[in-house]
Amino acid sequence: MRNLKLIIRREYLARVRNKTFIIMTFLSPLILVGMFMLVGYLSMLNSSEQQIIGLYDETGIFSSDFKDGRQVQYLDFSNLSFEKALVKVREQEYYGLIYIPEKENGDVGQIQFFGLEPPGLGTVQTVEKTISDRLTKRELMLRGIDISAMEAAEVKVDVEIQNFSGQRTSKMSNYIKMIFGGIAGYLLMMFIIIYGNMVMRSVIEEKTNRIIEIIVSSVKPIHLMLGKVLGTSLAGLTQFSIWVILGAVLLWITSFTLGIDILSTQKEQMEMMGQMAQSDLSLFLADVYNLPLLSLFVFFVIYFLGGYFLYSSIYAAIGAAVDSETDTQQFMFPVIFPLMLGIYVGFFAVIENPHGTISTIFSMIPLTSPIVMLMRIPFGVPWYELLISLSLLLITNLGVIWLASKIYRVGILMYGKKATYKELFKWLKY
Amino acid sequence: MDNLLVAENIYKTFGNYTALNNVSINVPRASVFGLLGPNGAGKTTLLRIINQITMPDRGTIYLDNKPLHPDDIQHIGYLPEERGLYKSMKVGEQALYLAQLKGLSKAEAKQRLEYWFEKLEISGWWNKKIQELSKGMAQKVQFVITVLHKPKLLIFDEPFSGFDPVNARLIKREILQLKEEGATILFSTHRMESVEELCDYMALIHKSKKLLDGRVSDIKKEYKSNTFEVGMEAKNEPALLAELQQKFIVGNATFKSIHTDLKLRIQLQENESANHLLEFLINRAQINHFVEVIPSVNDIFIQTVTRDA
Repeated sequence: MRNLKLIIRREYLARVRNKTFIIMTFLSPLILVGMFMLVGYLSMLNSSEQQIIGLYDETGIFSSDFKDGRQVQYLDFSNLSFEKALVKVREQEYYGLIYIPEKENGDVGQIQFFGLEPPGLGTVQTVEKTISDRLTKRELMLRGIDISAMEAAEVKVDVEIQNFSGQRTSKMSNYIKMIFGGIAGYLLMMFIIIYGNMVMRSVIEEKTNRIIEIIVSSVKPIHLMLGKVLGTSLAGLTQFSIWVILGAVLLWITSFTLGIDILSTQKEQMEMMGQMAQSDLSLFLADVYNLPLLSLFVFFVIYFLGGYFLYSSIYAAIGAAVDSETDTQQFMFPVIFPLMLGIYVGFFAVIENPHGTISTIFSMIPLTSPIVMLMRIPFGVPWYELLISLSLLLITNLGVIWLASKIYRVGILMYGKKATYKELFKWLKY
Repeated sequence: MDNLLVAENIYKTFGNYTALNNVSINVPRASVFGLLGPNGAGKTTLLRIINQITMPDRGTIYLDNKPLHPDDIQHIGYLPEERGLYKSMKVGEQALYLAQLKGLSKAEAKQRLEYWFEKLEISGWWNKKIQELSKGMAQKVQFVITVLHKPKLLIFDEPFSGFDPVNARLIKREILQLKEEGATILFSTHRMESVEELCDYMALIHKSKKLLDGRVSDIKKEYKSNTFEVGMEAKNEPALLAELQQKFIVGNATFKSIHTDLKLRIQLQENESANHLLEFLINRAQINHFVEVIPSVNDIFIQTVTRDA
């Protein structure tokens, strides 16, 4: 026990003092914030650009329908000849020209858009909708239908969502749950891969340094392996905590120096969302608070530990089986595969139906359960399912750690032997 | 006899490969014991079993007449053949860590480290990283780490193979001094001459089996063939030679001499002693050189291995 503590301490310090660790810990949030700022700046640049589109309408019925917006301005060239209009648009480097020809019988001909480059999808859709609306109205009128009566008869439907206990939620609720679950699941996968790799590299380092035999003459191999896994997990938690704190501070500083008031931008966004009523906004906030945040956090930690121990003991065994990092390739795929599977199942099956058969099964299988179950938790998972999933994870953990430690014990003293699956299987029996 | 370490009927197989086949050794207290054998004979496996790094399939190890217990690691100091240190860790920190793993308290470990670092004149290295040190320097640190916790039993696996000559001499000196202080030293080697120099006892392992063991002097006595090298001047050399050949088994010998001698290698019968030969020669020739041929460990090794084959 005393030795285990010593090993954990050394492994933790070795990770934390590592230059790459320090650089990555402090650089990652900066990079992240920088990226957000860049994206924000670019989209600001994009939206401040105004497009000028020429309109050449031979029918003369649409000119009032094309209304200038924040990003687009329409100029009517219908009084010029078509050729002149086209030349003018090109000379002035306008975005394009909409050409609405009139057939001899008065119908609208094939509508065309001329421009230096193909127009954006949004522009085309706006043009099509504007013209189609006007034509539909004209058609209705021709058939003697009273448009104002029709508009008056239009009924707006707004479904109010409640759960069985009568609690009202906004329609955003599912999205919020998805986002929280998705982030948690994805983060878990990243942590498992990054820190599992760290464990593996550290095992390989001890092997190539040849210090391993000195250490195992003092401690049991399984203690060394566990100490390594535990010490590295503490380093992971340290990094995570630093990120959370640093991220919060950096966000505050940047928004302060740039003079962006977080509240006001939020309000603007709310306005942009349209007619989201005040009651909806409060429901939205209530949704976030109604999320099982505490249990999400608790289960994140539990599943992180469970998943991380499972995978990093496999990583440790792989590290012990090989002589250098280049030899690890053949073993990597079977490790990454279930993690990727978990993410895909999460993003497709869970979002589609959080309590469907596929989601439920994959949230039980120990190799994928940490990711899939975390994604399901915001949608509410019955306690007995959690219990089954966690018990399976625990049992598998014990089994895998036991098997991994057997491979580890043999592998760390084995040099120059090409590790194959067959060879590993033999080691289990030593 | 008072044995510190006893290995009794040790078997160990790896899959189909037998590493140790019924090997037993007795290591007397406060002695230097050499474990001899060619590469791949099973020496390292035996040492690893004694260090509880691997478990034997059958057989028992006794330390101080008690079956080996996991806590016994603090009574054993082990310098493996494949040795290294954490490259990016500081020397002092690393030595402290490894000493603490052996059960020393931090304060105690620090105090002893300072003593040893001073003794080996490496005090300035405390805050250096191993990667800044040369291989020879790292070897000194490894040696200190091995002996720091004052183990009763010191085990060196091929101690002279990786070390440079300066450090090898240092280790030899320290081994003998540690023995004086009461430690028991067990080391493996495939270099026979180091056994002559250091060992009180030896065991010979070949192809997973122990071929012979015991006190080095006893083994040598057992293997000597009652043979003497003689250098002499005689008036009638051919006549003397013929006479000798009748009585004894005679061959030519080569050794350095300032005389232009008749150099012979003479093997006596088992019941004859050196005096027999001397009596015979003393009236017939001027004897300048008379030495009993004692088999070197190397000779014994080759003789045993070939006999076994």
